[in-house]
Amino acid sequence: MKWLRGGGIWGFIVRRLLLGILVLFLVSVIVFAGTQALGDPARAILGRDATPDRLAALQAQLHLDQNVVGQYVQWLSGLLHGSFGTSLASQQPVSQLLGPRLVSSIVLVVISAVISIPLSIVIGSYAALHREKKFDTIVSNVMLGLASMPEFVTALLLVILFSTNIFHALPSISPVPPGHRAWEYPDELILPVATLVIAVTPYVSRIMRASMIEVLESDYVEMARLKGLSERTVLYRHALPNAIGPVFQVTAISLAYLAGGIVIIEYVFNYPGIGSALVDAVTNHDIPVVQALAVLIAGLYVVLNLLADVATILVTPRLRTRL
Amino acid sequence: MTTDQLPDQQGLTTGPDPAVTVRDLQISTTNGTPVVDGVSFEIAPGEVLGVVGESGSGKTTVGLSLLGHARRGLEITGGTILLGQEDIRAMDDAELRRLRGSLVSYVPQDPASSLNPALRIGTQLREVLEAHGSTDDERNAARIAEMMREVALDDDPAYLKRYPHQLSGGQQQRVGLAMAFANRPRLIVLDEPTTGLDVTTQATVLATVRELAQAHGVAALYVTHDLAVVAAVATRVAVMYAGRIVELGPADQLFEASGHPYTRRLVGAIPRLTGGRSLIGIPGHAPSPAKRPHGCAFAPRCRLRIDECEVALPEPVQISPDHSARCIKALEVVKVEQSGLGDPVDLPPSDTEAPVLSIENLVARYGEIEVLHSINMTLEHRECLAIVGESGSGKTTTARSIAGLHHDWSGSIRLGETELAQTARSRSTDVRRQIQYIFQNPYGSLNPRKTVGESIGQPLRVFGLASRREADKRAGEMLEQVSLSASYARRYPDQLSGGERQRVAIARALISSPSVLICDEVTSALDVSVQAAIVELLGTLQRELGLSMVFVTHNLPLVRSIAQKVAVLADGHIVEYGETSGILARPQQEYTRHLISDTPSLETATSEVQATAQPTDRPTEREPTG
Amino acid sequence: MSQTELPTENAAALVEGVDVPTPAGRGSNLIRRSLRLGRTRVGLVLVGILVLIALFGPYLAPHAPDAFVGRPFSSPGGGAALGTDYLGQDVLSRFLHGGLDILILAIVSTAIGLVVGLAIGLIAAYSRNWLDEVLMRTMDVIMAFPQIMLALVAVTLVGPKNWVTITAIALTTAPRVARVARGAAQPVVERDFIGATEAMGMSKARIITGELLPNILGPMMVEASLRLTYSIAVIAALAFVGLANDPNAANWGTMISENQGALATQPWGALLPILAIALLTMGTGLIGDGIARTAAGIDRERGDE
Repeated sequence: MKWLRGGGIWGFIVRRLLLGILVLFLVSVIVFAGTQALGDPARAILGRDATPDRLAALQAQLHLDQNVVGQYVQWLSGLLHGSFGTSLASQQPVSQLLGPRLVSSIVLVVISAVISIPLSIVIGSYAALHREKKFDTIVSNVMLGLASMPEFVTALLLVILFSTNIFHALPSISPVPPGHRAWEYPDELILPVATLVIAVTPYVSRIMRASMIEVLESDYVEMARLKGLSERTVLYRHALPNAIGPVFQVTAISLAYLAGGIVIIEYVFNYPGIGSALVDAVTNHDIPVVQALAVLIAGLYVVLNLLADVATILVTPRLRTRL
Repeated sequence: MTTDQLPDQQGLTTGPDPAVTVRDLQISTTNGTPVVDGVSFEIAPGEVLGVVGESGSGKTTVGLSLLGHARRGLEITGGTILLGQEDIRAMDDAELRRLRGSLVSYVPQDPASSLNPALRIGTQLREVLEAHGSTDDERNAARIAEMMREVALDDDPAYLKRYPHQLSGGQQQRVGLAMAFANRPRLIVLDEPTTGLDVTTQATVLATVRELAQAHGVAALYVTHDLAVVAAVATRVAVMYAGRIVELGPADQLFEASGHPYTRRLVGAIPRLTGGRSLIGIPGHAPSPAKRPHGCAFAPRCRLRIDECEVALPEPVQISPDHSARCIKALEVVKVEQSGLGDPVDLPPSDTEAPVLSIENLVARYGEIEVLHSINMTLEHRECLAIVGESGSGKTTTARSIAGLHHDWSGSIRLGETELAQTARSRSTDVRRQIQYIFQNPYGSLNPRKTVGESIGQPLRVFGLASRREADKRAGEMLEQVSLSASYARRYPDQLSGGERQRVAIARALISSPSVLICDEVTSALDVSVQAAIVELLGTLQRELGLSMVFVTHNLPLVRSIAQKVAVLADGHIVEYGETSGILARPQQEYTRHLISDTPSLETATSEVQATAQPTDRPTEREPTG
Repeated sequence: MSQTELPTENAAALVEGVDVPTPAGRGSNLIRRSLRLGRTRVGLVLVGILVLIALFGPYLAPHAPDAFVGRPFSSPGGGAALGTDYLGQDVLSRFLHGGLDILILAIVSTAIGLVVGLAIGLIAAYSRNWLDEVLMRTMDVIMAFPQIMLALVAVTLVGPKNWVTITAIALTTAPRVARVARGAAQPVVERDFIGATEAMGMSKARIITGELLPNILGPMMVEASLRLTYSIAVIAALAFVGLANDPNAANWGTMISENQGALATQPWGALLPILAIALLTMGTGLIGDGIARTAAGIDRERGDE
């Protein structure tokens, strides 16, 4: 077991991976326990006045006739083989149902991240370099206001501003026809992406600003200036590489946050992704779909955090060589 | 007036061509409060000027101004700074950039935080050459190798590939020195570069500074709070108090016949290796910049104060051609024989009947590493035992094991007849009451959310010895016993100075009438004058109350005036153990001898500076230097 | 054991003592000082107005929340000062009735989450051993579920009942609070005054509540306002997707989804609750930021911490 403790950076990554797998396993237990083992989902789905026949049939379909551990093992092995069961509402395999929606959501999240993260780094660094000047003050106040609002309120305010009362510029409720891809309709993407960007940017830029300020105040940056280095070298060689470390963590956290944030935003814009699928599944009591989505979203969180940890270690020599 | 006198002074003091001339320098906060005012001095090539002052005196601010730099919230508002003939204050940003790191370089206080953690040391050395126009890779590599050798570091390319955190503190500081000397500057500003280093490391760094400055004819400004260090490195010294130079002159004159009462008190506060005399602190503390009086800033604390002192700022009085002091009475002061020191301490002999504390075969670990190996010592009734050692020697672990704060130890620690359990929590209330611990850092040892009175009274309540009301009353009494007024009880720790906080910590330790007091480096975070006052207080209280005391310190001279017995610790072993006077006068072990000779002190230093040309063969640091 | 606390000469340390800092210790004091900042005051006014509306609105409403006063989506005028909603009920009356539920649910669930999270975070930070590891890894697992997702699933499976909403939000709030509490408490645990109380043999519970807790009140107050902001958002969002405890009751979240369709013609029905939620959350956000800035400022003033 020595490699579990020592082993330099690879030992660390292996340890981190094992921990990640453990967390994923626990996540699956919780999802399963929360959705299936507690109470009788069949009754929850069918309601009080269900006939015994239909109840029995549904119980069989959900494997409720087996014991709890057996049910879990069956469900988990299905998950590991990429089979998420069958949707109760549409009677389609869940993976087939969610596949295209997952792609649509990923497109939404990735576009938002690609816009908001560099934007945040620039805004945060600029605000840090011009601390307590006009730009910093205005940006911090605006960001604070935007960051406090629930996403669906931001989304609705955008709708009011741009597609109903004031400017009739953009479509609000996206009527992407079934069977089509979201990115075939770039207009439809603008408002959802804008909402996500507004939700994430204040947070990331704030952390970037704090990190940059800490670095700029550090002794080694003062020393670099006192060595007569040009301001450019000070900034790009001495300050930025040290300030960027936390951004990996923040990126992961904000991506994970986006994964939760899309639930309501997709619902508001009627965007055909996994978020609106979750709301639909929840309203229809479509347990297999709910389970699949819960595992998917929570798993995403775990994996992103893992990647961020590893990335942080790799860019920080002090951590990299000490492990 | 000061500036008028300067041309004469200049001619007389440092020869015709000073490397740097500062006249009437004023540095203020951005809202206009002067932090440094009326500072004038010059430094000749090859000369080291020491700038001594306590925290807040403005010494670092003066040092940085020589690079045309002021920290956030401060700006240089008046005076001239000439480097040779060039006026630094008149330079624009680009000119300043060319100046810094080439003509004037800087060695920072904390090498660990001043080297960029993300860059290899080779890169950081190279860029200071490249930034000043030296782009030839081969020449740069050769120059770096040369510099590394000059500061006694490995010049192997593999070594240069290391990151700062892979070096020890002493090695980091020598990289800092190499960087500072890389472009052969005319002036180098050293800002307490040995603070936080062990005495052995400090000694080698000081020697390196002296040698390099002399060998290359570099003028150096050495900023420090430690008079003994300045005595070891500087030929002339400027003493700063409340933003002004109060005395300026040759090092030996300053230490033997100073003309300013503050300098005298400061010298008196320094612990001496020879002749165990009591230390005398300076009561009160320096005024903050916004509250400085019109007259002499030291007047409120000065025993020689006359009404005239508070009317106007005293001008510098020339004591000898190159020695001046800002004191109306300077010419009288200088004539008084500078005993400066307190009365010889006559420590009562140890009473060896029944030891209060006996430690046998103490072994302590941190995880899997054994940090203390079979320690044996005894503490007699009414005795003070000093545990002396460098960082990592295990001295604090010993103290913490006795107090039950370090849990992973084996062996036997007995309080009288009682065998002590490992952790404080598993000991009886009475044992916990009898052993009291005072921590190194008074900023951390008091709960910032509790009033001073609550903190002091706390032991009584936890031990169930007094009601809240009674505890408050006793806390008031204890405050007076440690020379604070009882009204301090209602204050919070952040309203007190460091020395005052440490007094509060002492009051808290003594309120439950303990029999053993453990002091863990209690003065190392304090200014010298405050340190003297705290040691004086501890010694007096110990003798008056008949306490037994364990006094942990890295400062060997400090031991002299307080402890009957010393244990010298190194790497978890007791190297030497016995009577204080015997060990300091006739150390038996090589290690103790080095520790004594490396400790900067006024006696050894004043003679050493003159003999600087031939550096003594100093022991090299115990770290891989190649 | 190294001497890192040596006097530095930065400007802050020099100017320290220009005015003797009032002890920033007590929580009430921190809030009072934070009120010197404009943003805290603005936040307080916003929150104050909306809380007053939520509390006393029902008594001021001209109509019952479920009374039909006109045709659906009729414009302001007549008996309905701000027009009617999708069923023809008075928008103003429903708005005045619709805030209390959200507010109470948000405050109760946040409070529970805070207390639980604080306890876990403090115990983890103080124990410094396997317990710390186990507690925080457990928190990690819970954190993997986005708040809104967990709330949605819980409400669907168990039913839209108040206790379900409260439990779901408290459960997702606690780990986030625990993380912040542990982070804030860790450096405090390392400080010597904790060692001093251990040497006295003070009980662990007393050390945690009497010594540790008062020292992290600043960050915890910031966290409280942040968490309240998020709780309001989640609770309003639940109602917005149609999972309010009583789908027919007046509720700002429900009102938005009911009247969203008529934004172009009779905007008040949706706009009023949208603005109310936006201003309420902005208010709590501003208060939190004000406290955070004040706390940071105090730390800077002290220089030594």
